[in-house]
Amino acid sequence: MAIDTGIHSELDVQRDHELHEKEQTGTRTMVLNMGPQHPSTHGVLRLLLELDGETILKAAPDIGYLHTGIEKEFEDKTYQQGVTLTDRIDYLAPLSNNLVYCLAAEKLLQLEIPEHAQWTRVMLTEFTRLNSHLVWLGTHAIDIGAMSVFLYCFREREEILRIFEMFSGQRMMTSYFRIGGLSLPHPRGWNKRVKDFVDIFSSRVDEYEELLTNNRIWTGRTKGIGYISIEDMLDLGVTGPMLRAAGLKVDARKDSPYSSYEKFDFDVPTRTENDVFARYQVRLLEMRESLKIIRQAMEGMPSGSHQADAPGIILPDREKMKTQMESLIYHFKIVTEGFRVPEGEVYQAVESPRGEVGCYMVSDGTQKPYRVHWRGPSFGNLQCTSRLIEGTLIADVIAAIGSMDFVLGDTDR
Amino acid sequence: MLEDIAVDIKNALGEETIEVAPENILNALGRLKQDHKFERLTSVTGVDRYPAEPRFEVVYHLQSVANKRRLRLKARVSGANPEIESAVPVYRSADWYERETFDLFGIRFRNHPDLRRIMLPEDWEGYPLRKDYPVTGTRY
Repeated sequence: MAIDTGIHSELDVQRDHELHEKEQTGTRTMVLNMGPQHPSTHGVLRLLLELDGETILKAAPDIGYLHTGIEKEFEDKTYQQGVTLTDRIDYLAPLSNNLVYCLAAEKLLQLEIPEHAQWTRVMLTEFTRLNSHLVWLGTHAIDIGAMSVFLYCFREREEILRIFEMFSGQRMMTSYFRIGGLSLPHPRGWNKRVKDFVDIFSSRVDEYEELLTNNRIWTGRTKGIGYISIEDMLDLGVTGPMLRAAGLKVDARKDSPYSSYEKFDFDVPTRTENDVFARYQVRLLEMRESLKIIRQAMEGMPSGSHQADAPGIILPDREKMKTQMESLIYHFKIVTEGFRVPEGEVYQAVESPRGEVGCYMVSDGTQKPYRVHWRGPSFGNLQCTSRLIEGTLIADVIAAIGSMDFVLGDTDR
Repeated sequence: MLEDIAVDIKNALGEETIEVAPENILNALGRLKQDHKFERLTSVTGVDRYPAEPRFEVVYHLQSVANKRRLRLKARVSGANPEIESAVPVYRSADWYERETFDLFGIRFRNHPDLRRIMLPEDWEGYPLRKDYPVTGTRY
């Protein structure tokens, strides 16, 4: 039986046509609506699946339920205010988003960021990767039926969120990176907190592997599922762990290093099997690599200022503001109208946990961005959904789309 | 690259920008993909230069994974008739990006396989990312 879905897509038209044809021959297909409130769509993704028995003939994703007009909002905020919007785009990787936005603005301003701030950025961005991968692993395992992994993952995630809170005062919407450096200096005792985490986390990853890697149900549900060719992925705009699970070593941290990533020693893990299991393995290996980066950053953290020396852009010291005329003027100007950014346009790419997040920023020389376009990795990755699940069985849909690791806030913006 | 059809070639802040006439866009994209190994089209978007004319810039970001290189390609289209050839025949990833640009700027892409709104409801009036569209208010 066909269900009237109310949207007139190409799929609908074709479906009607095929239905008519099949009525003549006696066979019929069914259109199944999945989402937008389905728990396994991780937010509000809607999928229209056309089924022949249990086989999926056609799949059409329908997005936009979480569109909040963030790109328009950027144009109405000063550059520094815009940082708070970036947290809310991809709410599982707020610091990667802070970073790409700040780097784009700093490129336009041609600001030099002190090493201390750069290394802190690297360290916390890697924590973000751990955080995001842990949420992915927990929810993906629940989707496939392994309940307890979720509880283990969220135990470590909680500690990561506490570390974020320690640095920025916020657990999720941190806005810790600002244009010109960091919003606050390091908190007292951060070293011990991070060290305690780093020391224990490696064994925790072993625990997850123990639960899943050799688990027969897990391998049965993930191995050989969700294959899509490299050519298709490149052509459809897929980035991140999905590409790396197919054997392509693409990572913005290595290809075009930013924020002094070139000074860290780490590998970009790849697999060649190109299925759900390979994506799981790549993400687990990435967690181990992130841990290596965090350890290096913690041990070699350079001393120095947490903000660039840029009067007129960085808010002056409280003490100076009260004693020096010039600082008072800068303070007043920055608070009341922001700072001007030279005319120009830049595109900055950062490797977020999900793939390439890109920020295209156009400045017209005023205090507000003229245009900000956000290239979310989830938006690019979701484009391959049809290609990924067409021809497979309906029972594998959840495993396949879960392996893409998308965040709908990032898709719809 | 593309010296024969480029209207303008810029190199600022370490980033390359090539501007071509809108009628040459498919030619340019095809040649960049075939001859210069730009396998990936990272994004397609628009910039509204209201009230200047031609009003819209259509901006393509390309990446070459093999050569570790990025490039920005641009074409300007008029405000009265914002229309350009779709890039889908060359890069399939252009599909949703062009739909998004159509949805938010009202730029039409000729020969796009399925050009309809992607973020906003089907019956939405106006194009929110245009500069004459207000940020707040109840009516456009």
